[in-house]
Formats: sequence, structure tokens, C-alpha cells
Amino acid sequence: MHLGVSESMRECEYSQISTRSSTPMETPYKKRTPKKRKWESFPGRNKFYCDGRIMMAKQTGVFYLTLVLILVTCGLFFTFDCPFLAQTLTPVIPVIGGVLFMFVLGTLLRTSFSDPGVLPRATPDEAADLERQIDVANGSTGYRPPPRTKEVVINGQTVKLKYCFTCKIFRPPRASHCSLCDNCVERFDHHCPWVGNCVGRRNYRFFYMFILSLSFLTIFIFAFVITHIILRSHQTGFLNALKDSPASVLEVVVCFFSVWSIVGLSGFHTYLISSNQTTNEDIKGSWSSKRGKDNYNPYSYGNIFTNCCAALCGPLPPSLIDRRGFIQSDTPQLAPPTNGITMYGATQSQQSHMVSESETESVTKTSAFRAPNSFYRPPPLLSSSSKAPSPSS
Amino acid sequence: MRQQAAIAAKVFIQRDYTNGTICQFQTKFPSELETRIDKQQFEETVRTLNNLYAEAEKLGSQSYIEGCLACLTAYTVFLCMETHYEKVLKKIAKYIQEQNDKIYAPRGLLLTDPIERGLRVIEVTIFEDRSLTR
Repeated sequence: MHLGVSESMRECEYSQISTRSSTPMETPYKKRTPKKRKWESFPGRNKFYCDGRIMMAKQTGVFYLTLVLILVTCGLFFTFDCPFLAQTLTPVIPVIGGVLFMFVLGTLLRTSFSDPGVLPRATPDEAADLERQIDVANGSTGYRPPPRTKEVVINGQTVKLKYCFTCKIFRPPRASHCSLCDNCVERFDHHCPWVGNCVGRRNYRFFYMFILSLSFLTIFIFAFVITHIILRSHQTGFLNALKDSPASVLEVVVCFFSVWSIVGLSGFHTYLISSNQTTNEDIKGSWSSKRGKDNYNPYSYGNIFTNCCAALCGPLPPSLIDRRGFIQSDTPQLAPPTNGITMYGATQSQQSHMVSESETESVTKTSAFRAPNSFYRPPPLLSSSSKAPSPSS
Repeated sequence: MRQQAAIAAKVFIQRDYTNGTICQFQTKFPSELETRIDKQQFEETVRTLNNLYAEAEKLGSQSYIEGCLACLTAYTVFLCMETHYEKVLKKIAKYIQEQNDKIYAPRGLLLTDPIERGLRVIEVTIFEDRSLTR
């Protein structure tokens, strides 16, 4: 055996694998096609604005209603009530109101526009590998595949991980698939139509601060509008006061109905944060002691303070879907799950001629840095694994 | 056109959820890599990656200070500063690059950064070992 020769041969073979990311200059034969960003071929049912910087759910009507309610009520407060209150009582009132208003708006927009923690769908290779493992485990090849679950023990509690047929992954614990947005979301809390987005791992703290600050703002406006009316009544009588400041009536009505729901919601979420549960888990009673004597929440840190700190001040993970990254034309694209067939080059976003030769895949990475890209041609026999029917999860 | 080595197989190292939702990968050595790389070496790589991800998600005074500062500045501070998590992800990318260059590429293997796969798997691409064809 000529080890020396084969060694040098091996070096020669493998040194050709590029572990560095490519630039468009390295592929001179690629046609000059407009580079598309990944959000343009995102498989979920989300809407993107500002070239992928803003991400929202499909139905945003209720979000605009929330925005209008907040803007109109605060606008009326600052226009009609604040001048009187600033004169009669103190100018600090409009200042505090202003600060609260800006905070509410900031947290609302942050909740609505950010990625809640969407898990990108599996690449065809991953999906094929998982299917192979499941078939080996099950042994049977019935017409309808049995429900796929994996059990894992976390801190002494047995947790079932479900397989998501749409995303072709085993969902991590606490993740759930949102049927409205058609995405698996990490630490899924709930889909909130009022903010027009899912509430998950990455935007839960903004959501909580939004409802907390909105509670304070609502109570603040309610209290001071009542004060305004009372003070005016001392001067000109109750009915005249209402006539002089009709906007106050509208504000009182809006605030009265909002206070109950918003303050209640804040209280509920304060409880959830202190026990480190999601709305989803609480509603299902996953960790309720009613289920069994030994049932407890394995994710809780044990004390309320740590739970709160972890939820509100813990590290914020970056988005796993690289919305603004450019689609690499020589890397495989995700196969659409509803098709059941791996389409070679049939993705609408790809116009480069390379597509006809290879599958393209969206490479997910954070926008803060570029990770190494691998050059390869995917093996052509992937279509057999994706012929299985994919029922909605 | 650049000569590309053919892919023989791909191995996926799945996540290990026994410690909860933090990002950890299974250190079990896959059988497909037995002929290519030393078990200790591979497990060492995965263990180092796990430690790095744990560092990214660690709840400590630094992360709390960062969180509070961010809240007070209405998160505008991240326009000029990277989050701790992003800094560690950069470290991880560099580590994987280094491992690929020194250890994996000479053996015909390639590690893909898990962030490119949504932190679901560590994808190990096994290239055809042409020098072994007789």
C-alpha cells in the first residue's frame, strides 16, 4: 500500500473543499440576476415590510385597531385634559403621561414587528434523515404514519416532543406550531391578534412590558380624566363640565372597559412569569398538580425572583430565520411540505440558471455575521423520502 | 469549474433536551463517523460547542445588566452594540471554522455551523474518500 502517495492524494482531494464563505466574484459564470432576500421565499404565512426588517402575522386588522385606540385616546387626553390639569395641578402630569405613552408605543411596535422565535423548517436532508430514523423505530409502513413523538426526561419530568409535519422537525420542548402563522415558534405563548403577531421566546418580554405599561397608562388616563371632570364641576357644574370637555367622556368609556381586561391580563402574565409557564401550558394544565402528585414544572428556577429575571432580563437570542440574508443560488432550497415531492429548481424565488441543476436551500444564519458556507452538490435521490403525505399538524 | 468532492453521506447530531430548552447537542458518537475520526476528538468538539452555547444563554450578572440597560435605553443600545449572545455566536463560528480547517477537512468531513440550521442539528457532511478506491 503506497501510503505516501494515497496520503498526498487525500490531501489533494480534500483541500479542494472550501470552508470559507463564497463571494459572488468566485462564481463568474453565474448570471447577473437580482439577488433575492430570504424573507421573499419564507414558507410561513407572515407578512414582511421594510425589506424584511419588520415581520408580522397575516391578519393585522386588529393591530391597527389597537394602534388607533391608543393613539386616539392619548391624543384626546393630551389635547383636551392636559392643558387644564397642567394649569390647575402640575405640569408633571402631561410629562408622565407622555413618557408612559412613548413606552407603550415602543413596546407595542417592538412586540408586533419582531420575530417571536420562529424555528426555520428542516432542510430536505434533515427531514429525510429523521424519516429514516422514525421508520426504523416504528418498523411498520402503514398507509397513514402513526403520530410521531419522542419522550425526553427534563429535570425529572417526562416531556413528549411532537413531530411537526409541516416543519418536518421534532419540536423542542415548549415550542408549538401556530396555525395562523404556519410556523413553529419557540416557547410559544399565544398568538395575539391585538399585536398582530405570535408571542414567543423573543418578544415575550416586550409583550409583557406592553401590557404592564398599558395598564398603568389606562389607569393614569382614567384617574386624571375623572379628576379633570371633578375639578371642572367645582368651577362650572357637572353638566357644563361635560359639555366643555366632551372628549373626556369618550376617554372614560374606553379606559373603563380597557382597565378590566388589560389589568387582568397583566396580572395573569405576572403569575405566568413568576412560575415560568407559558399561556399554552397553563391552559392545558401541563404542570398542574391536579394531574398528579409528582407533576411539577421542570423549567421553573425554583424562586419567583429568578423566574422573573430570566423572563425579562435574560439573554435575548438572535433570530434563527435570517430574513435579510441573500439566498445563495448554489445552496439547496427548502422543499415545500404540501407538495410531497422534492422539486428540483422549481422555487419561484430563484431565477439563476444554477437552480435547474441543483436543489436550493435557504441557509439560516444571523445577520450579524457570516458563517462558513459549504460547497457541495446534494445527492439526487432525496425525492423518495418526501413522498409521504404531510397532514397539517 | 472548481472540482467538488462528492458527498457520501450526511450525519445529523440532534439536540439534547435533558437539561431543558438550553441549546445542547448530543455527544453520542454516530456510527457513520467511526472510520473517519477519533471518537474522543469528535466528542471534544461537541462538548466545547455545548459549553459555548451554555455561555451564550447563561443567566448571570452580565446578562441581567445587559437586559436592564437595554430596557432603560428602549433597546436602542443594540443599534451600536452586539448582544452577548451574538458575540458568543461569532466565537462559535470561528471555532467551527478552525476545527474544520485543522481536523475535519483533512479527514474528508465538514461541520456546518448549527446556526445555519436554526440551532436544530450539527450537520456533518461526509465526503467520498477517493483515496480508498481500489
